[in-house]
Amino acid sequence: MTAFSRRQRFGQRVINGIAGLGLFYIFLPILVIVLFSFNAPKGKFNIKWQGFTLDNWANPFAQEQLTSALWVSLRIALISTFCATILGSLIALALSRYKFKGSGGINLFLVLPLTSPEIVLGSSLATLFINRGVSFGYVTVIIAHIMFQISFVAVTVRARIRGFDWTLEQAAMDLGATPSRAFWKITFPLILPGILAAALLSFALSIDDFIITFFNAGSLVTFPLQIFGASRVAIPPQINVLATMLLIASVSLMVAGTVLGNRRQRKLAGN
Amino acid sequence: MNPTAGIARVAARPERVGLGVMFALAIGAVALGAKWVSGPASAVVAVFMLVAVIGLIWVALVGGLETRRTLAPYGLLKPGILWLSLFFLAPLWSMVVMSLSSKESRFDFFPSFSWEWDNYRIALTDFRPQFLRSFGYAGVATLLTILIGFPLAYVIAFRGGKYRNILLGLVVIPFFTSYLIRTLAWGNILADEGPVVSIIDNLGLTGVLESLNIMDNGKLLNTPAAVIGGLTYNFLPFMVLPIYVSLEKIDARLVDAAMDLYSSATAAFRKIVVPLALPGIFAGSLLVFIPAAGDFVNAQFLGNPQTTMIGNSIQDQFLRQLNYPVASAMSFVLMFIITIAVLIYTKFMGTEDLA
Repeated sequence: MTAFSRRQRFGQRVINGIAGLGLFYIFLPILVIVLFSFNAPKGKFNIKWQGFTLDNWANPFAQEQLTSALWVSLRIALISTFCATILGSLIALALSRYKFKGSGGINLFLVLPLTSPEIVLGSSLATLFINRGVSFGYVTVIIAHIMFQISFVAVTVRARIRGFDWTLEQAAMDLGATPSRAFWKITFPLILPGILAAALLSFALSIDDFIITFFNAGSLVTFPLQIFGASRVAIPPQINVLATMLLIASVSLMVAGTVLGNRRQRKLAGN
Repeated sequence: MNPTAGIARVAARPERVGLGVMFALAIGAVALGAKWVSGPASAVVAVFMLVAVIGLIWVALVGGLETRRTLAPYGLLKPGILWLSLFFLAPLWSMVVMSLSSKESRFDFFPSFSWEWDNYRIALTDFRPQFLRSFGYAGVATLLTILIGFPLAYVIAFRGGKYRNILLGLVVIPFFTSYLIRTLAWGNILADEGPVVSIIDNLGLTGVLESLNIMDNGKLLNTPAAVIGGLTYNFLPFMVLPIYVSLEKIDARLVDAAMDLYSSATAAFRKIVVPLALPGIFAGSLLVFIPAAGDFVNAQFLGNPQTTMIGNSIQDQFLRQLNYPVASAMSFVLMFIITIAVLIYTKFMGTEDLA
């Protein structure tokens, strides 16, 4: 019995070790990115470690093209996320709130964009724009981003509001609330966290999208496109600085979201 | 016939009205977007779509509260479904048409439809190595994500305790940095004068890894192994999360029960944990394999000209050679193979786990 449990404990330790290595593997490139943001490269490529400097952090926006590309990406992400969150949440609401004919087909239809390779989504949409004589730029990129975000928001919100107690709305209406008042006063505040979480994630998807944007941007340069173009000519350390900033921003948003969510839950439980 | 009676009869079946109008709008959107119709005919389609919407609103107004309730989901779905019809379905149709079109000359940028099956011959013969490489690399990367992702998900789900969410967050956080920068960082790590190569050199493992075809001439970067490694890294969370979700649902008492009934720990693991984790492994495999098969960033940054994948070829034919027909034929073949896999999957597993 003791031999058995010793072997078992050994097995557990091995699994823990593998998981630890897995986490290390996941973080390795991130460490490199942060580390190389303090590098003072001699040539145009920030590949070999040359020496520590704070210059890059002192002038994070020194690379004008890089900075303006970042602004382009942020602007696109804001607009597309706003639209996609509305359209996607409406779909999620329909799917989880109502039983209706054709919902199975809609479910499948929603999953298809998520399970299509990005290169197919990007190149086929570009074909449509070429056929239609639409010139590439802001509009086409925003259209493309909304397209892949809708499904994502719909599926995420649907997962988050699964198990929501729809009789709460009914109760409000029994107490004399109009349907719209019942929705805005009861349902909406309760499903809002799920919607916001989906919006945050799809914002991140939009900012980081490369392949679909690559096909539909024309001469517009987003942050990932700038990095791709620059990677052949020069890799300035500012790329690492901005990437680290983006990482810190998204992690703080995530942490803030979790903390707020927990506090809210405690409050609800307290009442 | 009395028109109001007709309306009343239609309005008595509001779900048919809702579904029918949604279908009509979706088909209309595809027809307009994919140029099934052009000129005056497109105006007719647009008017038809408008009439369908007006008819729907009328039925909702004429019908009672119950009718409106039945119609509500279709109303909520409509904007999103319209968008997807116009910018997801219609493009796929355009792609199919383009894949059967021919170019008058090299500089004909508006190829015309002509049942040009030759595009598919080119896609499947000239680009066969790229297709095989894509599916091969993506397959190996999927297996590797299972090998790395399962222990991670297992430890988080069963040993994580109250730190579960933090651990899960740690798994996801790195993927909030830019995809391209992450891949470039792997370039730094695997570079000839980088840390990994020097560690391998110092351990004297270069020969071993070369005989395993992982290293090439003492290089790690610009090899198939580097490309597969990049794919594995970039899509790992898509494996960890679904496996975690299915493991988290497992009732730990099932394992206790098996042990009480004199099952060994390994047998309990094999017969209880693994089967219950299978839905997550299947979903994860799909979610890793699909983007990996269509990727060209890893092959571009970490590979060499002999490791190009189908994504590189599609991108090159489409954006650089401006050879839309052949690029579309390649996209269609890729989409076709993957869609079949997805349909087989959803037939057995449904669509729930793919979120």
